[in-house]
Amino acid sequence: MDRKIIAFLCNWCSYAGADLAGVSRFQYPANLRIVRVPCSGRVDPLFIFTALKNADGVLVAGCHPGDCHYTSGNLVARRKFALTKSLLEFIGIEDGRVQFDWISAAEGNRFAETATKVVEDVEKLEEWDRWGGEK
Amino acid sequence: MDENIEKYLNVVPGGETVNNYKARICGSVAVVGGGIAGIQSALDLAEMGYKVYLVEKSPAIGGTMPALDKTFPTNDCSMCILSPKLVECGRHLNIEILTNSQIVELDGLPGNFKIKVKKEPRYIDIDKCTGCGECAKACPVEITNDFEKGLSNAKAIFKPYAQSFPNAYAICKEGIAPCKAECPAGVNAQGYVALTRAKKFKEAAQIVFEDLLLPGTLGRICPHPCENECSRAQAEGAVSIASIKRFLADSQPRPRLDIKEFKDDKIAIIGSGPAGLTCAFELLKKGYKATIYEALPVAGGMLAVGIPDYRLPRKILDKEISYLTLHGVEIKLNTEFGKDITLEELKKEGYKAIFLATGAHKNRMLGIPGENLPGILAGVDFLRQVNLGEKVDLGEAVAVIGGGDVAMDAARSALRLGAKNVTIYYRRSREEMPARIEEIEAAQAEGIRFKFLASPTKVDKSDDKLRMECVEMELAEPDETGRRKPVPKKDSKFVEEIDTIITAIGQQPTIDCLPADIELNEYQSVDCDATTLQTSVPGVFAGGEVRTGPGIAVEAVREGKEAAESIVRYLEGKDLKANRNKKQKVAEKPVINSEMPDVKRVSKKELPVEERIKDFSEVELGITEEEAVREAERCLNCGPCSECRQCEVVCEADCIDHFQEEEILEITAGAVLLAPGFKEFPAEKLESYGFGKYPNVVTSSQFERILSASGPFGGHLVRPSDNKEPQKIAWIQCVGSRNLQEGRDYCSNVCCMYAIKEAVIAKEHSTQTLDATIFYMDMRCHGKDFEKYYERAKGQGVNFIRSRIFNVEEGENNTLYIRYALEDGSIKTEQFDMVVLSVGLTPPEGAEDLIDTLQIEANKYGFAKTESLVPIETSRDGIYAVGAFSGPKDIPETVTEASAAAIQAAGLLTDAKNTLIESKTYPPERDVVGQKPRIGVFICHCGINIGSVVNVKEVCEYVKTLDNVVYVEDNMYTCSQDTQIRIKEIIEEQGLNRVVVASCSPRTHEPLFKETLKEAGLNEFLFEMANIRDQCSWVHMNEPKAATEKAKDLVKMAVAKARFLQPIKTTTVPMTQKALVIGGGVSGMTAALSIASQGYPVYLIEKEKALGGMANRMAFNHQGEPIKKFVENLKEEVMEDPLIEVHLNEEITDIKGFIGNFQTTLESGKTLEHGVVLIATGAKEFKPQEYLYGSNEKVKTYLELEETISNQPATLKGCNNLVLINCVGSRNEEHPYCSKVCCNQSVQLALKAKEINPGLNVYVLYRDMRTYGYAEEFYLEARRKGVIFIRYDLHQKPEVIQTGEGLQVKVKDHVLDDTLVIKSDLVGLAAATVANRENEKLAKFLKVPINEDGFFLEAHMKLRPVDFSTDGVFLCGLAHSPKPLAEAIVQGKAAAARACTVLNKEEIIAGGLTAEVDTSICSGCGTCESICPAKAIEIDNREKVAKVNEALCKGCGACAASCRSHAIDVKGFESSQIVAMLEEIG
Repeated sequence: MDRKIIAFLCNWCSYAGADLAGVSRFQYPANLRIVRVPCSGRVDPLFIFTALKNADGVLVAGCHPGDCHYTSGNLVARRKFALTKSLLEFIGIEDGRVQFDWISAAEGNRFAETATKVVEDVEKLEEWDRWGGEK
Repeated sequence: MDENIEKYLNVVPGGETVNNYKARICGSVAVVGGGIAGIQSALDLAEMGYKVYLVEKSPAIGGTMPALDKTFPTNDCSMCILSPKLVECGRHLNIEILTNSQIVELDGLPGNFKIKVKKEPRYIDIDKCTGCGECAKACPVEITNDFEKGLSNAKAIFKPYAQSFPNAYAICKEGIAPCKAECPAGVNAQGYVALTRAKKFKEAAQIVFEDLLLPGTLGRICPHPCENECSRAQAEGAVSIASIKRFLADSQPRPRLDIKEFKDDKIAIIGSGPAGLTCAFELLKKGYKATIYEALPVAGGMLAVGIPDYRLPRKILDKEISYLTLHGVEIKLNTEFGKDITLEELKKEGYKAIFLATGAHKNRMLGIPGENLPGILAGVDFLRQVNLGEKVDLGEAVAVIGGGDVAMDAARSALRLGAKNVTIYYRRSREEMPARIEEIEAAQAEGIRFKFLASPTKVDKSDDKLRMECVEMELAEPDETGRRKPVPKKDSKFVEEIDTIITAIGQQPTIDCLPADIELNEYQSVDCDATTLQTSVPGVFAGGEVRTGPGIAVEAVREGKEAAESIVRYLEGKDLKANRNKKQKVAEKPVINSEMPDVKRVSKKELPVEERIKDFSEVELGITEEEAVREAERCLNCGPCSECRQCEVVCEADCIDHFQEEEILEITAGAVLLAPGFKEFPAEKLESYGFGKYPNVVTSSQFERILSASGPFGGHLVRPSDNKEPQKIAWIQCVGSRNLQEGRDYCSNVCCMYAIKEAVIAKEHSTQTLDATIFYMDMRCHGKDFEKYYERAKGQGVNFIRSRIFNVEEGENNTLYIRYALEDGSIKTEQFDMVVLSVGLTPPEGAEDLIDTLQIEANKYGFAKTESLVPIETSRDGIYAVGAFSGPKDIPETVTEASAAAIQAAGLLTDAKNTLIESKTYPPERDVVGQKPRIGVFICHCGINIGSVVNVKEVCEYVKTLDNVVYVEDNMYTCSQDTQIRIKEIIEEQGLNRVVVASCSPRTHEPLFKETLKEAGLNEFLFEMANIRDQCSWVHMNEPKAATEKAKDLVKMAVAKARFLQPIKTTTVPMTQKALVIGGGVSGMTAALSIASQGYPVYLIEKEKALGGMANRMAFNHQGEPIKKFVENLKEEVMEDPLIEVHLNEEITDIKGFIGNFQTTLESGKTLEHGVVLIATGAKEFKPQEYLYGSNEKVKTYLELEETISNQPATLKGCNNLVLINCVGSRNEEHPYCSKVCCNQSVQLALKAKEINPGLNVYVLYRDMRTYGYAEEFYLEARRKGVIFIRYDLHQKPEVIQTGEGLQVKVKDHVLDDTLVIKSDLVGLAAATVANRENEKLAKFLKVPINEDGFFLEAHMKLRPVDFSTDGVFLCGLAHSPKPLAEAIVQGKAAAARACTVLNKEEIIAGGLTAEVDTSICSGCGTCESICPAKAIEIDNREKVAKVNEALCKGCGACAASCRSHAIDVKGFESSQIVAMLEEIG
């Protein structure tokens, strides 16, 4: 079965970047399932853990520093993500299964590249048992 | 205001009253230009209560910003910050966007202008176009991509940029191609050439078949006037258009016509030549079967009997004619008109219309004795006999008289019939010969002799031979035909013995057969109306050679087409003339550039001479497919749209209309804002820089595209010549700026910063360490935080070289060499991989016309003229110039001006505020709370955009199985107008209480569907979207299965979220429509007056005892204009304004509340209630600690010196030397910013001092002269007047010393490389502008930020320059950053405009997608409060819970994600909803 990746994208930059990848017809693997959030700052660490119950990898993407529609939500996200990462590491989740990136509304190709990279990274990892749940 | 009205009324005779005038004031504004300036003005005006017409010349709004990569000084992505504004502007109910439009006429008075707007055709219906781009894929024509600055190509049907608004395509048509324009029959040559190039032969042939019945015939015999006009003829030779046509006709099968219905009307066509046949063909296409009567035994007219088989094989012609008979057209041969059938008989038989096309088969006579002797044949008769297969005995020696095509045909036919010697006699020389060159050359090649300048005078017959007596001719002056007239030479008679003479000096119309009531003209041809071709007898039309006299076949084709049009109109009882003969605009021929590759015209293959003269086999062999494509590739796309109409074939939305026409719209607007932007300086004008010559010399705007992730190289830093990453890049500054030779003495203001930004970003993009060097004269980083950006760039390794450039030259591998001189005069040469030219800003394209049409004044550079004390106002009342239209500006200044102009216009129209704006009403909302979800899902095919990859039907079937889904359907276009109506019906029918649309991006389409829900009585938040186009079909084009599975998942997730959706209510908070302005300086006073002009009361608080602020100490502004009077007037106006309540000598002790509801307490104990706050607290002059300031009275700050100069000018009279030192306390560690005003101030001080005492030596010691914009002129003037400018470095600052002989200033001069000691009578110091300490107090009250220099920090440096993130609080003047008076005035107005957008609301809408606290769980820990960027959360200390101010909350959700007890959630993005989505995956 194909690996599934959940991507939390902020509405203003990264989701727009994914749209631009579409408009520009940049191809990337079909493993991503995108969840639109107002701001990367909205991504509760709990979402990441829940996502790992249902998928094999997670991408969180927000505006580049300075571009945030809400001034500083993406910085909140960055702080929170750093903490979440250390927790994930502590409980033994491999690096690369959960990733964070900045993608702007003009970076359609970067979105496609990131999507491809995340899928490749996750595929390289051992099969994930989704917290012991169903596949 | 009333004074102004009286002023306007004075110009109107007839004595209108003020009241009448006021009654006509119109509450709308026209904004010209849809760049960021136009967008901002439009949004502000619309929110202030005025209807806006946004008139944009191009097909999309956005202006310059979409093409920029990042923006300085924050490195924000330009598109990211712009696109929300684009969408907001595009969807605003009270902004009407007119694209492809420009103002062509303006009349009337301020307050009520009558405007004519010309709307050029876009050829696309914006409302139908979905922006899918299938049309562009089908388009065979490539044009230069202007958006990508020529670095890549676009199609002739294009969308300016990916995120364009409107999201619709446009077709680029400059006119019809010259080839098509030149074709008498209007055959769309560019169309079939373009499709041949794309190897779409079938489609190409279809164009030919549509336009011509006889393409194979014409492809052979047409003298192709199209090729004479072909643009490629300017280079190596015209495209072989005729050969391509022949190739298509010969190689492609011709499909049958699809005629829906045949009409009964009988039509007779007399003559089956090209005119008659074409007429029958055109009629057939329209469902009329005509009957053709032909006198000869074969059909085809001259084509059949006038042109020999070796040029046009009969079977080709016959096959093409048979296409008509195949569709039921009858051709009656051997039926001579006038003899076998007459006009009367035809009418009796029920023919309602008749077309006479009998041609010109009568031979013109020589008019010499002996002309009728046997053995003398008429050319056309001879050819007819040959073509009909009759035997003709010619003998051995044949003479052909004449120089046209018939003469050539006769001569070459004679040769093929066995004549040994064939000679053509022509009375002029070769140059004058009317025959086609190919024909003459072929005849010569076949051995036919030519005798030029010979004319027969008499023929005798002796024995079996003819004796032709000739005379030699010579050419005299040109006659009326433009050809030189032949006259007999004296005594030049000679005699030739000949077997047969063939005369071919021309033909005459065949008119003998026509009835007498058909009138003839003086040339003995049928007299017709030139447009309709109707003869003197109604219902009888004539065309072709019988009307025109002898001509070429394609002209007869034209006549046939026109006749058919007339006949149809005649039969349908329509006006024969209406809308015909319209002159279509012909596209200009492209200029051939030297880089165009040289591709020779195809050489035609012919039978070898010895082969071909044996019989009548076809001589020319036609071209191959490969040759046809190569020829087609030579086409220069003049149209550029070729009108091949392939776009129409693929467009599923049916939105293309190639026949759209220009429209003139009439609008009424009270004021006009001009924001057409700028054009960059054409770098190719400065030849020494090599732009246009060397591929790796690019302009800065090209470099922006190179850096841009969405640019032609996908954001990879490569150089154009070889797509390799450059390792060394140079920027050359001031290209077309500060340039006297080019008449551009001004500084373009933005180039220093954008160059630094480009260098920094390029270094980031580079995979290796990029060597980035900027060659400059002065680094002008005068804006807010610009200096820090400059310093940071230095830290990141960008090199800055102060220099003068000599030239750029190219070496091997397209490497570039820059030769430059350093400050000390030494000359260097350095090698670079790439050179970026920092091009300056010039007036926009069309500025002259606009200025002319609106009758405003331009400055000497062609920008709109404005004055520095009344910026924005043009020379004509009611018309305002915004942004770069009045001179080079960066984005924040432009945006500020845009808001300022908005209030300026609004100030004229206050009486009509809110009169033209619309608001929408909706049916009451159905209550769905507590109901079980009934979800309707609409799945879109998006034409083929989704449907061709995702199996939509399969997704539908799948979705039907999901819980709570009660209705599923698929639509071709879910966004179309009819589907919206359908969705509303289905919501009703099925009782839906949740709606999911699976289509494209919610970013573009969610508002549309939400609107539909509202119209259907459902709460708009009961809606969810799945993006199965941008995230599915478009990005997994080659994986239909995976894409379908993913689409199912995405819809399933949307449905999962939909189950949890709840209606969201918005509430309203009352608005106190009053403003508080803090600070009574110029910007504060300006803001107060502007707000009052809109009718809102203002409290103006000033801590000093008088108004005026910093301006009270100033004598003149940065342009040297006196300002005292201006400031006094302003104060007076403020004091007298009944709406402004001034509080002097007053401090603020507290501000509480939020947007709409502020309460401010003053030191005096008064409390003020107001809805908005403007901070205009100004700044102060720094007290220098150096250069003996304070200890020596001869050392003064610039402000002090200004006071001295204006109050005691005599002080300067006795002085010899004045030294002015810039950057005292600025651009150093303590104040790492530029104070912006001092350079200009030093120049003005120097000029004033020189004026008072011309003998005075003035020295200005500077680090970079930052006389940006037009102030550069004063810098020049100062230098001209002998002011000495000496540069110094921060680490080697000047010294001021008190000696026994007086003050001395020591400074190191870099040009002389020596230390100068200047005895100074006076020393001026440019003391920095520093922030007020008190700012901190206000910042706390209002929860707004302050930057590290103590100035207030706006919401966004680029696009929200006078706003704060906290709603309802605004900023202007020096409190924002140091700036000259003019800019402070503009900012004051801008802040007022922004405040008025809020004040115009009677209540503030709160709620929506905001955060919500569950107070039963909340512990009041305060995490959310500290994290909230909008300052919308406060801990209620009494209840110990967090409270969200819905009026302030923006719904980002940072609080919800951070709450440790999950007590806070965000409506619309609730945790339960997101978790529900996640749980569906897997």
